[in-house]
Amino acid sequence: MNIRLYIWQRGTAALLAPMVLVHLAVIFYATRQGLSAAEILGRTRGSLTWGSFYGAFVVAAAIHAAIGIGNILSEWTPMGDKTARGLSLWFGLLLFVVGMRAVFAVVSG
Amino acid sequence: VRQTPLSVSIWRGGQTGTFENYSVPCRDNQTVLDVVTYVKRHIDPTLSYRFACRVGMCGSCAMTVNWRPRWTCRTHVSKVSHGGTLEIAPLSNLPVIKDLATDMKPFFEKWQAAEGVFEPSKTRDDAVEPVQPDEPERTAADAGIECINCGVCYAACDTVRWNDDYLGPAALNRAWTLVNDRRDAGQIPRLQAAAAGGGCHACHSHQTCTEFCPQSLNPTAAIASLKKLSMMTYLRGKLPS
Repeated sequence: MNIRLYIWQRGTAALLAPMVLVHLAVIFYATRQGLSAAEILGRTRGSLTWGSFYGAFVVAAAIHAAIGIGNILSEWTPMGDKTARGLSLWFGLLLFVVGMRAVFAVVSG
Repeated sequence: VRQTPLSVSIWRGGQTGTFENYSVPCRDNQTVLDVVTYVKRHIDPTLSYRFACRVGMCGSCAMTVNWRPRWTCRTHVSKVSHGGTLEIAPLSNLPVIKDLATDMKPFFEKWQAAEGVFEPSKTRDDAVEPVQPDEPERTAADAGIECINCGVCYAACDTVRWNDDYLGPAALNRAWTLVNDRRDAGQIPRLQAAAAGGGCHACHSHQTCTEFCPQSLNPTAAIASLKKLSMMTYLRGKLPS
């Protein structure tokens, strides 16, 4: 891992650490309050705040996970660094698309 | 008191080979190097291994003893043998030349790739640079300067095993000592080497280097300091890629 990847991975980790805590707090709140899916969507739809929060979450997670997966593939499998980075880039893109689709689903409409 | 002889398995062969068993008399204050030397002198003169000083200074006698890398001249059998048995193999993560002798070339090539060579900033005509022993930079350099290049940290490192390009703890520790030498003029190339793909940022901080270093150095701390310094230099735009 070179310094660019290191900075991106540590930077996104620093961003994700508080975001995961907020995300867990939201889950606890929603379950403890017994919110239905309709009630949750009622609060998230059209919300710029939740859209921005989870949009940033998805971007950070896609970057962070892609770099980590690339490292694991490069170090623990026989594939070369270039192949590992290529595969991890596709994995990151997949996470980004799937994640943004989910964000779109809960904030749009 | 006559003691039971030691049961010693020693790696014989090259990259491929097998362990062969030897019975070696048990002695007081016996080191692992004594055991290997006994086998060479009294049982099989074709056994190959490397040593020089026998007092923990030269760093040439490191081997894998009971699955852990150690300097054999300062390792007492009584402290590492399991019920009177020893398994002695060449260092891991290095090509085996023959028996217990490894090819240290990759280790020293990476030492150079990490810019572990002093680059003078003055000529012989300049005055000698005064360096106070208690300066913070000198203290940081002193913490890692006693490396004897035995290769124990390199053999113990998981990242070296996983990543062929990784420079390894000794080379990066050496780079960190030079980073703290203000007489040195090669800092930017050194930080560039540390910041490249196989540099300090590949380290997982497993700390096996620190755990096994026979000199009780802390290469993990040196690498962590290199990570921080190279990152700050890069973010300030002073580390050309």
